Amino acid sequence: MEEKKHLLEQLHDIQDADKEHHLSPKKVVELSEKHGYSPAKVYGVETFYTMYSTEPRGKHIIRICENQSCHMANAKNIIQHLEKKLETSVGGTTKDGLFTLELSSCLGMCSVSPAMMIDDVPYGNLTEDRINEIIDSYKEGK
Amino acid sequence: MKIYRIHALICAGGQCISAGGNDFEAALRTEIQKHGLEEEVQIVETGCMGACEMGPMMVVYPEGTLYIHLQPENAKEIVEEHFLKGRKVHQLMWEKAEGHFPTLNEVPFFALQTKIVLRNCGVINPENIEEYIAYDGYTGLAKALGEMTPEDVVAEIEKSGLRGRGGAGFPTGLKWKLTAQAKGDQKYVVCNADEGDPGAYMDRSVLEGDPHTLIEGMAIAGYAVGANQGYVYCRAEYPLAIQRLQKAIQQAKSAGLLGNQILGSRFSFQLQIRIGAGAFVCGEETALLSSIEGKRGEPRKKPPYPATCGLFGKPTLINNVETFANIPVILSKGSSFFNAIGKEGCRGTKVFSLAGHVKTTGLIEVPLGITMKEIIYDIGGGIPGGKVFKGALIGGPSGGVIPSSQLDVPIDYEHLNTLGAIMGSGGLIVMDESSCMVDIAKFFLQFTVGESCGKCTPCREGTRQMYEILDRISCGEGREGDIEKLESLGKVIQDTSLCGLGQSAPNPVLSSIRWFRDEYEAHIKKKVCPAGVCTMTKITTNKEEPRRGRKKASTRTIT
Repeated sequence: MEEKKHLLEQLHDIQDADKEHHLSPKKVVELSEKHGYSPAKVYGVETFYTMYSTEPRGKHIIRICENQSCHMANAKNIIQHLEKKLETSVGGTTKDGLFTLELSSCLGMCSVSPAMMIDDVPYGNLTEDRINEIIDSYKEGK
Repeated sequence: MKIYRIHALICAGGQCISAGGNDFEAALRTEIQKHGLEEEVQIVETGCMGACEMGPMMVVYPEGTLYIHLQPENAKEIVEEHFLKGRKVHQLMWEKAEGHFPTLNEVPFFALQTKIVLRNCGVINPENIEEYIAYDGYTGLAKALGEMTPEDVVAEIEKSGLRGRGGAGFPTGLKWKLTAQAKGDQKYVVCNADEGDPGAYMDRSVLEGDPHTLIEGMAIAGYAVGANQGYVYCRAEYPLAIQRLQKAIQQAKSAGLLGNQILGSRFSFQLQIRIGAGAFVCGEETALLSSIEGKRGEPRKKPPYPATCGLFGKPTLINNVETFANIPVILSKGSSFFNAIGKEGCRGTKVFSLAGHVKTTGLIEVPLGITMKEIIYDIGGGIPGGKVFKGALIGGPSGGVIPSSQLDVPIDYEHLNTLGAIMGSGGLIVMDESSCMVDIAKFFLQFTVGESCGKCTPCREGTRQMYEILDRISCGEGREGDIEKLESLGKVIQDTSLCGLGQSAPNPVLSSIRWFRDEYEAHIKKKVCPAGVCTMTKITTNKEEPRRGRKKASTRTIT
């Protein structure tokens, strides 16, 4: 049984390859049929973990940390600013489909808080100006 | 080997990169090329140097000049002044007193540490196995395979006095012994790298800065307990760590230090990485095993313990990254070396991540038994802005608060327990007078409510109830008897939850009540937040709701 590629990893692969960064019902059924899992099992797994999405998402996923040291470093204001800048709220996707804004429980960047990640790239010591700069650079097609 | 006149070690740890370290490095390389110094200056990308607050940072050897807060525009001056003319650029250096610029080893933040786990972090290039080997890497494994029986290895670890660094502090040697003695045709070694405690990131730094030490530690463990297969379960939030570990595994395989018949012995050991998908509860060992098996990461009841019935029902040894990182040193230098550090009952060092209201934030490694005062004031440089220390949170959402009256208590597993805190994974968040204890406790509860997997009722419902009481208190609607209710509810959750997450979830609330009861009372009776943090009015939006963490399954149907 362990020879089979790890289910979590397969879900990551499917989601990463998907243009809208999500796990569509069709893909989930395909996966379960291919490996002999019940669709309910796969669905149970994908809805347990926060990094999988059953809903379509934007091109870039922003994960902003709001945990303890970030909280103490005023993450709340940073999140509000980000929501304003992106014109969407946490959990939402921007109109142009470029970003989805999510919260993270902790990114492990507590000494450079407030911090966020855009896809795989970490950004620390966030200020409102720095956020504007970063978001604009992605908009310009980085 | 090529000899360079100058070695410039640039910190390529996650925190420095996130602060813009890559841009500085690119600028430095351009400047070096421009002046034709490629043959004279070697740039080495190292793992985390620890002083994350000073990042992006660089140390220039042979003398050990420490440059901090580097920006791309600083590259030109460093190359033209320091590298070409030998004149240090003082305004970019750490200044101890006016006009006094100490080298790396003279800065108290570095000088007062004792490094075992982080010995290579910030010193070697983590992506080069030869550098690890040059620093005595894999000698512990060679010694184990060449000179010792598996029983000898277990005995050596037992003698060292090492205890698990993931939180609970279970004696590592005993855990190894139990797994070694368990009967089974197949055994596993699992590394818990699902570091999710808010405020702690030492495992990330080891994975990013010295991945080979983990590989060596796990291989030694495999030999000792009789396992030929290992898994590292790493959280998906650490892509750089995963990438460096993957590279290190490949290198170790090519060098014959992983795989079949390691170093010509009869011992074979395979190592694979398993990536999580965002679930704090998977840091709990049985939930982690479920997740490796490709299931929902829900904890199982213990006993049976993983040592007898773990991954896929087989005997399994689980330790965390920091624990494994100690193993190569214990083997190569001997248990007596390790045993001489720390104090009775808690030998060796512990890595803490220092964050919050402290001058120099970052990762530090200190002998166990040190006092909180030494950590915060001597190493961390004290509280910035002339403010007064209020408390230190140790152990994240499972831990507790250390008030200023207890700053002289030695930090070890037992003393922390008597204070109502736990060692946890080593997150240390310092708070000054501007922090509100009710707010902090509520914040952690919000986290736990969001991350509870929902399997057992005390954790799922109990933490929710506690959160709602705290929320009321912080909105100025606290009632007489709320504190007592929190205490009794907390006790029940501690006693009856299925796994460590629930059992420790009330700790921040209970310990803050213990040390700062007057603050709770001020909120309830006088409707005042002494620190001025809580709004003390009901907020109408539901934004304060726990909104992170476990999702509610949507109603979508799969056809």
